[in-house]
Amino acid sequence: MNKVQSNKAWFLVLPMLLLVAFSAIIPLMTVVNYSVQDVFDPNTRFFTGTEWFVAMLNDPALQGALLRQFAFSFTILAIQIPLGIGIALLMPKQGWRASLVLILVTLPLLIPWNVVGSIWQIFTRGDIGLMGWGLRELGYGYNITRNPLDAWATIILMDVWHWTPLIALLCYSGLRSIPEAYYQAARIDRASRWAVFRYIQLPKLTNVLVIGVLLRFMHSFMIYAEPFVLTGGGPGSSTTFLSQSLAIMAIAQFDVGPSAAFSLIYFLIILLVCWVFYTAIMNLQKDKS
Amino acid sequence: MAQITLNALAHTYSPDPAGPKDYAIRQMSHVWQQGGAYALLGPSGCGKSTLLNIISGLLEPSDGEVIFDDRIVNALPPEERNIAQVFQFPVIYDTMTVFDNLAFPLRNIKTPEAQIKGKVEEVADILDLTPLLSRKAKNLTADEKQKVSMGRGLVRDDVSAILFDEPLTVIDPQLKWKLRRKLKEIHQRFNITMIYVTHDQLEASTFADKIAVMYEGQVVQFGTPRELFETPAHTFVGYFIGSPGMNFLEVTLTPQGLAFGTLPIPVAPALLEAARHSGSSNIKLGIRPEFIEVSEAPGDETLAVEVEDVQDLGTYAILSFRIGSAAFKARLDEGVSPQGPRAHVRLPAEATHLYIDEYRVEVTQ
Repeated sequence: MNKVQSNKAWFLVLPMLLLVAFSAIIPLMTVVNYSVQDVFDPNTRFFTGTEWFVAMLNDPALQGALLRQFAFSFTILAIQIPLGIGIALLMPKQGWRASLVLILVTLPLLIPWNVVGSIWQIFTRGDIGLMGWGLRELGYGYNITRNPLDAWATIILMDVWHWTPLIALLCYSGLRSIPEAYYQAARIDRASRWAVFRYIQLPKLTNVLVIGVLLRFMHSFMIYAEPFVLTGGGPGSSTTFLSQSLAIMAIAQFDVGPSAAFSLIYFLIILLVCWVFYTAIMNLQKDKS
Repeated sequence: MAQITLNALAHTYSPDPAGPKDYAIRQMSHVWQQGGAYALLGPSGCGKSTLLNIISGLLEPSDGEVIFDDRIVNALPPEERNIAQVFQFPVIYDTMTVFDNLAFPLRNIKTPEAQIKGKVEEVADILDLTPLLSRKAKNLTADEKQKVSMGRGLVRDDVSAILFDEPLTVIDPQLKWKLRRKLKEIHQRFNITMIYVTHDQLEASTFADKIAVMYEGQVVQFGTPRELFETPAHTFVGYFIGSPGMNFLEVTLTPQGLAFGTLPIPVAPALLEAARHSGSSNIKLGIRPEFIEVSEAPGDETLAVEVEDVQDLGTYAILSFRIGSAAFKARLDEGVSPQGPRAHVRLPAEATHLYIDEYRVEVTQ
């Protein structure tokens, strides 16, 4: 057979290539560019190699922010995933109640990040905020600007309020897709309520939960606006997470080189965690030979 | 082990039914003998799955009683009825191995683990699942999954009946045949009452000793495959069983006898008497294509008909023809192949049935 050599097909790939270049590769490469240079002014720059990366990894302030960030992400996942599944299991299956509950549950998802921070800022104020005032009236000296524990608890509560609905929504859709026959078979097999959850509902939720966990991890790992508005990263630096540290460095101090190196490290951490998690889950479903 | 009795059973989904039209299952009484192999046969929406769910306890009937041996079980949930059910789409526990799947019903009733092993291995052996025991059930093929879900019913010693709800729908044709034979084998071995829901007459007649043909929420005939073929009790049975189905001729009663339009149709005197006696105007004559005698030359009691088409199906041929405006089909004997536009047919009296208001009239001839 005569094969006609033609490379015309490459032209068809070109639009996509351009799109990806402008949306991802070029912005990312500028960051890479800054991360290996020390820029003094538009005309003066030095090549620094991995210097900024080493400096960033050894910076105690950033190490602290990174630890806090992991602690935060794992805490909210540990609360939101079980809570979201629980809510989904309790939601009505059909009828007007199902629609009503769906809307009520979804409402927090529709509120912009900054607004969430502002709402909670007001909510937790000791003088006019319902929660702040209420806790004080109950005798607890609640103060998020002084007590790091209060600040932490409030940020976690805020994130749980804001994002658990996403998990609930995903699980609800997953639960609705389980055919009735599975429940009927389980009844005939005399499965307990727990066994139905453990062997029917949870396995069928695996896929939506993987998506949920990945989304929530990435999202929470990048959290910025809410703690920024609520606590400003304080008291001290007790609620300063990675994004805020980065913003201070890049915008307030204009340390372009270090913040570029830091951005790349930040990005790679998210990528790595997601990859490890996804691979681990997918391996669970394979046969052990 | 149980004999299942349906006593004046009926079911409606509507809270205040106005008439028989509102019933998914119209009133019926039947006895399903212990150890029998039964099929519920009918088209989609005829109520056969509803009836099955009532027997298994997934649905509580609105009227009448379901009796297992001597116990009324209407209000008992499926888990207390000692039945197993195999669904249309294989239900397996994805994350478990085949062994764990089969052991699941036993573990739920706290059977000692040593006993479980023996029982699971026995059932796996019968179902040819032994090499798969350590595999994850999720990765099996559809027919293997269906065998696993059947196996979950067989491991329990207390199971008195296994109900099948179109279990072969998702199975490949060549495997269907194997699995059907397996079912039969299991039935003979375990002496368990089996009820098999299907819309496929071949599946029903190869599996069951007795078939209940359902139509619009009623069991219109309950009999052996042979009875359904030779003496359909209802026009629907005639039409649904057999390929092609029974031929029907809507006839009218005239002072001279039965006639189709102006064409007099000769029938046995006893049938004519029964038709006169009924006072109904819905009178049909039915005959299976297999019993129509076709010849090329006119003979005694033959009718001249217009040939429309001869369809050769390989092993035999089907002749389509018209008696007046009524379309008929006849199975041709080997060697007979009417040429030209006309043929002559004889409708043997012993194979011709009279239906009044859709039900067959029994007469002693």
